[in-house]
Amino acid sequence: MKRVFAATLLGALILVGLVWFLNLRGEGEMRQTPPPAPPTSDSVARGAYLARAGNCMTCHTERGGPPFAGGRAIETPFGTVYASNLTPDKASGIGNWSADHFWRALHNGRGKDGRLLYPAFPYPNYTLVTRQDSDAIFDYLRSLPPVQRPNTEHRLRWPYSTQAALAVWRALYFTPGAHEEDRKQSAEWNRGAYLVRGLGHCSACHISRNLLGASSDMMDLSGGLIPMQNWYAPSLTSPTEAGVADWELPQIVHLLQTGVAPRSAVLGPMAEVVFRSTQYLEPADLRAMAVYLKALPQSHQKQEAPSQVMSARMAERGAKLYDQHCAQCHGDKGEGVAGAYPPLAGNRAVNLPVTANLVQVVLNGGFPPATGGNPRPFGMPPFATVLSDADVAAVISHIRSSWGNRAAPVSEFSVSQQRDSTGS
Amino acid sequence: MRKYLCGLSMAAAIFSVDAAVQFHDDMAQRTLACTVCHGKEGRAGPDGYYPRIAGKPAGYLYNQLLNFRDGRRRYGLMARLLDPLSDAYLLEIAQYFASLDLPYPAPPTPQLPDAVLRRGQLLAREGDAGAKIPACVRCHGAALTGVVPATPGLLGVSRDYLNAQLGAWRTGQRQAHAPDCMAQIARQLTPEDLTAVAAWLAAQPLPTDPHPAQALPKPPGIACGSAMPPAARTQP
Repeated sequence: MKRVFAATLLGALILVGLVWFLNLRGEGEMRQTPPPAPPTSDSVARGAYLARAGNCMTCHTERGGPPFAGGRAIETPFGTVYASNLTPDKASGIGNWSADHFWRALHNGRGKDGRLLYPAFPYPNYTLVTRQDSDAIFDYLRSLPPVQRPNTEHRLRWPYSTQAALAVWRALYFTPGAHEEDRKQSAEWNRGAYLVRGLGHCSACHISRNLLGASSDMMDLSGGLIPMQNWYAPSLTSPTEAGVADWELPQIVHLLQTGVAPRSAVLGPMAEVVFRSTQYLEPADLRAMAVYLKALPQSHQKQEAPSQVMSARMAERGAKLYDQHCAQCHGDKGEGVAGAYPPLAGNRAVNLPVTANLVQVVLNGGFPPATGGNPRPFGMPPFATVLSDADVAAVISHIRSSWGNRAAPVSEFSVSQQRDSTGS
Repeated sequence: MRKYLCGLSMAAAIFSVDAAVQFHDDMAQRTLACTVCHGKEGRAGPDGYYPRIAGKPAGYLYNQLLNFRDGRRRYGLMARLLDPLSDAYLLEIAQYFASLDLPYPAPPTPQLPDAVLRRGQLLAREGDAGAKIPACVRCHGAALTGVVPATPGLLGVSRDYLNAQLGAWRTGQRQAHAPDCMAQIARQLTPEDLTAVAAWLAAQPLPTDPHPAQALPKPPGIACGSAMPPAARTQP
């Protein structure tokens, strides 16, 4: 009995030691003080560009608040994480950080005080960022006006609120990494891989997550529901979802730069990504990202014919509502208007197995981003105040089964669930 | 600017108009997302909660778009719609609705006792110096049709809407650019006064000239962040 106990204790100690070790690997010596000299203007400009590419400001700025001063609540299935103050205020921001501290946060996911950071901060991606780029971003942040705004404490449920739970998560799913050049691929592909997998953190949304909010491959781009937002980030590795293997490169670049491409437009969270981040990227970087995205291996799953069919009453109701509210812009045959309204016939976004985005767009409407290349977008009205859940279900089901579309109907129940969760 | 024009001409070039769709490459088409709630051409929604936006001063409408986007006014549907839009486009949307010169419907018959309405009229026209309530006309114009560039008219909106907005200012749910003069005034109003002034305003027909005044006869003597042009304002 004693021996069993000793063995268990030893096993436990080894496990704790392993988790401890896995959480510290790759960390080097730290300089403790901030750099004495102000950053060079070249480095600041480069850092500003990279911070755009990483879309840092979006999370690290509260609605209407001072840029980079933090405070924005990021809802997760485990509770609320509050983004931190990245301005160089000495007491509440990163004014006392050294470039080593900043690098460790980005590369190892550990704050200046040594505490492990929650991966709502996408360091599983940022760990691929080079030291040189990390230093430039740090220089840019140091050049901002300091804002005194103490960080808000995260509100997470036990056990997720503990450092021990986070350490176990990291031992399972996080390895500090580096972007490794693939010599079989072009320099352009490699640059694209660096941006998409690293700073761009595309997989933070386009990933399928398990119950612990992770995936065995944190760079996976096979699509997933964005936690708590009820938007589905479609698969970039599927030709029936958002894969771009058969797109022309300029079309992919155009979508990332302007928010629209022939037959498609970005809405919802991706509209914000284009609006705040990708529209500002240099054409060469956008092209590199396009080259990488186009080359992603595509999985060819067979589209199954829908097993459910909607009732005749629902079909009639859906067709009537479509004529009344949708046909004016999207056309009698779902053909849309080039440059303004995407066609609904044969539209991949309409036929996705996950219907969250369709319900979002019908309830809340939306504009594609107003970008330099598409400064005056056409908007979709919100119908949350006009249509009942049954109406929304009927009209979406009608769209999904008309003009050659062959996707399953949407139930009234799933619409009302989503209406409740988005508060519309 | 050149980039902007170039974008415009590019956009115009790729539009092909389908016969089945009533499509016009103009602001009315672009803002269909607004008019589904705010009524045809922004004439107000049927239930009184989505106010008329047609003909309000452009600066006022622009400020409200910024307020919704930046969290000084809270309405999820509005914030989500505006999130991916640029300041330049929001200004253009504001100018478009400001430029619409449309007739106003007759106001509904008030359902409150005359004494209440008289109190409302007094507050709107004279204010109540004892209670530190300035008259509405001091800032919103003698005809209460607003003043360019950024002070809204108070006529032609529903009683429910006025009640809701004054109430929201009292509780801090609605804010404007600092210094937030209306928040201050709304907090001075008793619930009875609030009801009275909203009821009287909602019962007034528009004058023959329903347009916002070009200027106030004399400075109102109240500091309002929302009444300044955006360039003169420091960010709150």
